[in-house]
Amino acid sequence: MAEEVMLIGAKGSPFTRRVETALKMKGVQYEFMEEDVSNKSPLLLKYNPVHKKIPVLLHNGKPICESLVIIEYIDETWKGTPILPEDPYERAKARFWAKFMDDKCLQPLWKSCSSQGEEQEKAKEEACELLKILDNELKDKKFFGGDTIGLADIAANFISHWFLIIQEVTGVEVSTKDKYPKLYEWIDEFVNCSIIKENLHPKEELVAVFRGRLQAATATK
Amino acid sequence: MANSDVRLLGASASPYVNRAQIALNVKSIDYEFIAENLFAKSELLLKSNPVHKKVPVLIHGDKPICESLVIVQYIDEVFTNGPSILPSDPYERATARFWAAYLDDKWFPLIKELRTAQGEEAKASLIEKIVEGLVLLEEVFVKGGKGKAFFGGDSIGFLDLALGSFLGLLKVGEIIAEVKLLTETKTPELLGWAERFSSNDVVKGVILEPEKLIEILKSFQAARAKAAASN
Repeated sequence: MAEEVMLIGAKGSPFTRRVETALKMKGVQYEFMEEDVSNKSPLLLKYNPVHKKIPVLLHNGKPICESLVIIEYIDETWKGTPILPEDPYERAKARFWAKFMDDKCLQPLWKSCSSQGEEQEKAKEEACELLKILDNELKDKKFFGGDTIGLADIAANFISHWFLIIQEVTGVEVSTKDKYPKLYEWIDEFVNCSIIKENLHPKEELVAVFRGRLQAATATK
Repeated sequence: MANSDVRLLGASASPYVNRAQIALNVKSIDYEFIAENLFAKSELLLKSNPVHKKVPVLIHGDKPICESLVIVQYIDEVFTNGPSILPSDPYERATARFWAAYLDDKWFPLIKELRTAQGEEAKASLIEKIVEGLVLLEEVFVKGGKGKAFFGGDSIGFLDLALGSFLGLLKVGEIIAEVKLLTETKTPELLGWAERFSSNDVVKGVILEPEKLIEILKSFQAARAKAAASN
């Protein structure tokens, strides 16, 4: 049966990037539809009426939403490089850390660069604690997933790429090699994985996306 | 399965803990329930969940597993005797996971807010959003259920657990706000489902009655106030 796989996403979005990484790990051919999130398409609103957000994966016309849900779907649907380990305990740990990224890390990391004043100071403190936890978790591992990248590493892509760029753009320094040596080792390993390296967005593009977002964030205050 | 091999650190008032309890019941697993005082956390809890310091924590042998839905999936994958909790089809699994995440991230916070909402307008707005969410779940049940008893089909599944664990606190919300959130007019199927869920063997005795929950919530409030005063 001819398979139709389409990913509705946005180039600047780490969530979209996660799904692309997963699809590429499995060698899945897919069509990419760039979404302008400031002017959402009828297609996006039809396929993700609940959240109206990207990414949305369409597999033979059926939509799957939420990046971590999509990645597990991809892992279960297509053979090839496994994204989650086989052992149930290792799977539980992968899911735990992926959830930790989304539920706990994203907001403070973003706010530590994009907010101001007391809010920013608080976010910076929180971000430091969170990065320390991640640094500790990596103490005897190459990747969160062990020897090869897995769900938690893909979920941490915000830290490996986007967060460093945001720091550069804003001049805020939360994450440094001295403070979190293991984390930076992980960033090196992760970014140098062929599947990640071949598909990195050009830095200038991401810088432009974030300048825009940061302006919007400060403008709404 | 030896009793001491599976331990669950928890608090009976927590819907997240209830999820793990129900999942273990679905698999007929004997386990030791270790009740935690959430205002005086045990060494075991702090050691087993150093990142969040929260319940539930499932300790299987010497392995701690944290986060309720991660625990439920672990239970499903490790204890392969007994009914499956997640569906076998990947698309159905994705659907169940999507809605469970929606309940946790978007819907349940509204229930919590309703308990302490001040003013009729604020309450009305919350009630509207809560009911909207339930109507969405009603549609999911009707479309995906194929006329069966539960979201998971003939037996209780992942999404049943995810939503069902909130039924106690949903009733508390109804009592405090003096409003029905599950209704015949808007969510008739869910009303029937809630009844079947609550009276099912694997659920009976797990989720506390609303009066008991209200009592416990009051004691939490008092404990929090005490802790804040002594700081």
